[in-house]
Amino acid sequence: MAVMNIREAILRTLHDEMERDGDILVLGEDVVGGNGTAGGPEAIGGIWGTTGGLWEKFGPNRVIDTPISESAIIGAAAGAALAGKRPVAELMFADFVGVSLDQLWNQMAKFRYMFGGKTKCPAVVRMVYGAGMQTAAQHSQSVYALLTAMPGLKVVLPTTPADAKGLLTEALRGDDPVMFFEHKALYGVKGEVPDGDYRIPFGQARMVREGGDVTVVACGRMVNFSEKAADKLAADGIGVDLIDLRTTSPLDEDAILDSVEQTGRLVVVDESPPRCSLAADIAALVATRAFTSLKAPPEMITGPHAPIPFSRVLERAWLPSPQTIEGAVRRTLAFR
Amino acid sequence: MLQLGHDQLLGAYRRMSTIRAFEERLHDEIKTGEIGGFTHLYAGQEAVAVGICDQLTVDDKIVSTHRGHGHCIAKGCDVKGMMLEIYGKADGLCKGRAGSMHIADLEVGMLGANGIVGGGAPQAVGAALAAKMDGKGRVGIAFSGDGACNQGTTFEAMNLAVVTKAPAIFVFENNHYSEHTGVDYAVGTAKDIASRAEAFGMKVWRANGCDFFDTFEQFRDLLEYVRAGNGPAAIELDTERFYGHFEGDPQRYRGSGELDRIREERDCLKAFRKVVTDAALLTDAEMDAIDDEVRILIDEAVAQARAGADPDPATVADDVYAEYY
Ligand SMILES: Cc1ncc(C[n+]2csc(CCOP(=O)(O)OP(=O)(O)O)c2C)c(N)n1
Ligand SMILES: [Mg+2]
Repeated sequence: MAVMNIREAILRTLHDEMERDGDILVLGEDVVGGNGTAGGPEAIGGIWGTTGGLWEKFGPNRVIDTPISESAIIGAAAGAALAGKRPVAELMFADFVGVSLDQLWNQMAKFRYMFGGKTKCPAVVRMVYGAGMQTAAQHSQSVYALLTAMPGLKVVLPTTPADAKGLLTEALRGDDPVMFFEHKALYGVKGEVPDGDYRIPFGQARMVREGGDVTVVACGRMVNFSEKAADKLAADGIGVDLIDLRTTSPLDEDAILDSVEQTGRLVVVDESPPRCSLAADIAALVATRAFTSLKAPPEMITGPHAPIPFSRVLERAWLPSPQTIEGAVRRTLAFR
Repeated sequence: MLQLGHDQLLGAYRRMSTIRAFEERLHDEIKTGEIGGFTHLYAGQEAVAVGICDQLTVDDKIVSTHRGHGHCIAKGCDVKGMMLEIYGKADGLCKGRAGSMHIADLEVGMLGANGIVGGGAPQAVGAALAAKMDGKGRVGIAFSGDGACNQGTTFEAMNLAVVTKAPAIFVFENNHYSEHTGVDYAVGTAKDIASRAEAFGMKVWRANGCDFFDTFEQFRDLLEYVRAGNGPAAIELDTERFYGHFEGDPQRYRGSGELDRIREERDCLKAFRKVVTDAALLTDAEMDAIDDEVRILIDEAVAQARAGADPDPATVADDVYAEYY
C-alpha cells in the first residue's frame, strides 16, 4: 500500500497500464502542454497534473496534444477504439461534453449495438467535473446523469485514490466506452492505494459506513459531504448507511435496495439539478422496487433547477451541503 | 496617417489605458483571494479591441471570448459594473452570476464573454443575419483566439456566413498561444490564420494587433466592405498577451526574457504614445492626465466592488426563464 492523492493515483494508473498495454494512447488539450513553445513539450505536463511525464516516457504517437477541438478529440477516440486501440481521451472540463456530444451519444455509445454486437469500443473519456470553485455556469457541471441515461456508455465516479486506481484499471481492461468523472475538488484527497494489479468491477457500490437508521446514496463529492453529515448525526446516535455508488451505469441496485429494506428511509444526494437526475432515478428505483419497505418519502438533495452561478454565496446556495443532507436525514426520521 | 481627430485619439487612448489599468489592477487584486474562479487578462491586446470597437455603433453586436474584459470595455460596458461582477456582487453587470468569464451587456451590443472556446462564432453569424433582416448596414462580430480557430463551430460559422452573405466579421486575435500550447503546434496554418477564412470564400485583412493605427485602418476598410453588403470578412491580428493564460499560470512555456521583450517592443500603449507625440497630435501631458483619471476610476471601481453586497442566496434560481410557471 502506498499513500497518494487521487491525482497521483490516476497518473500512476495511466502510466502502469500504458506500460503493460502498448495499445493505450492518451489524447487531449494540453495533456502534454508546451508543444510549439520555447518551453517545449512537458513545460506544463497536463493542467490537472494527471498526465505529466507520459509524453516523455511513451512518446508523441501515444501521448497526443490536440488543438481545441473536442468533437474531433472524442471522435478520434471512437475511431481509434474501432481500429483496435485503447484511447484515453481527456475533456479538460466535463461541460465540454456539450461540444462533443454527437461523438459520445450517436457514435461511441451505439457502435456495438448497431453493428450487431460484432465490434467493441474500448474508449475511456476522462473528464473533470464539479462545482465549488466558482468556475461558473460553463465549467462546473456534473453531467453524469446525462451520460448515464445513454445506453452503451458506462459511467464511473471515483471518490478515493484506491477507487481511482481500481476503476480506471477496470475501464482500461474492459471493452466498452467508459465515461470517467474526476471531481476537481477531490484531486487532492489522500488515501492508501493497493499495490500491483487492482481492479474494481463496475456495478459494485462501496458501503462507506453502516448505521442502519437511514440509507444515504451518493456519488462523487457528495459522498464526502454525506460523510460529514453522517458524523454529525452519529454524535446524536443516528446511524447512516452511506453508499458510494462508484458507477452509475451499471448501477448497483442490490446495494441500494438491500439497505433500504433494512432502514425504510432513503436520502439521495446528487450534485446536479433535480429533473431527470440520478437522484430522481434512484428515488424511482426505490419507490418501484422497495415500496413496502419505505417508512418515509424518499428525500432528494440536489441543486435547484438552475445553472450554476459564479458568486461564492450563490454557488454555495446552489450546492447541496452537509447541513442540507443532515436536515434531510432528520426529516425522514421525523416522518410519521 | 489616419484622419482621426484630437478627441477621437484621446478617446481611443482613454479606452486602451482603461483596459490596461483594469487588468493590471486585477492581476494584483486576485492575489488577495477575494476574486474566485478563472480570470483571463486582456492586457497586451488593447489595440485590437479598441481599434475595432471604436468604429462600431451600439447597434453593431460583438461576441467575445473567455478573455473578454477588453472587448467589454471597448464596446462600452460600465467599468464599475464589470468590477462588481468580477467580485461576484449583486450590483454586478450580471448580478454576480457571470463572473469574469460570462460578462454581457446587451444594451451596448456586447452579447457575452464565453467560457466555451469557439462558442461565440456561430452566434455572431446569427447577429449578422439579424442585422441583414433589418437592412441598416449593421454587423455581427466574433472575436476568436488562435486556439478557437481550431474549433469546428468556427469553421461552420465561417461557411454559414459565406453562403448566407451575412454581414459577419471574424476577428482572429493571434496571441501565439492557446493555454500552454504554441500556435505553431496547434494551428496547421499557423503562419496565416486568415488564409482559413480566405479558403471559405471570404475577403480577409491582416494587421499588426499591437499597432492601434494599423488595426484601425485595416479594420476600417474591412468594415466599409461588410457594411456595403458584400458578405462576411475576416481579419487576423498579430498580438501579445502580457500575462499568463489565466491568473496563476506559471508560464513555463515562455522563452527566457520573452515577457520583457514583448512588453518592451510590442506594447500598443507605448507605440500609440510615440506615434501621436511624434506627430504632435496629442501631448504627453494630455495622456498622463487620462492615465490619472483612469487610475481614480479603477480605484473607485475596486473599492465599490469590495464593499458591494453579495447576491441574496434566495435568488439562486431566479432568471432561468423569461416565464415559467
Ligand atoms: C470548448 C472549450 N475547450 C477548452 C477550453 C479550455 N480553454 C479555455 S481558454 C483556452 C485556450 C484558448 O486559446 P485562444 O483561442 O488562442 O484564446 P486566448 O486564451 O489566447 O485568448 C482553452 C483550451 C474551453 N474553455 N472551452
Ligand atoms: Mg491565443
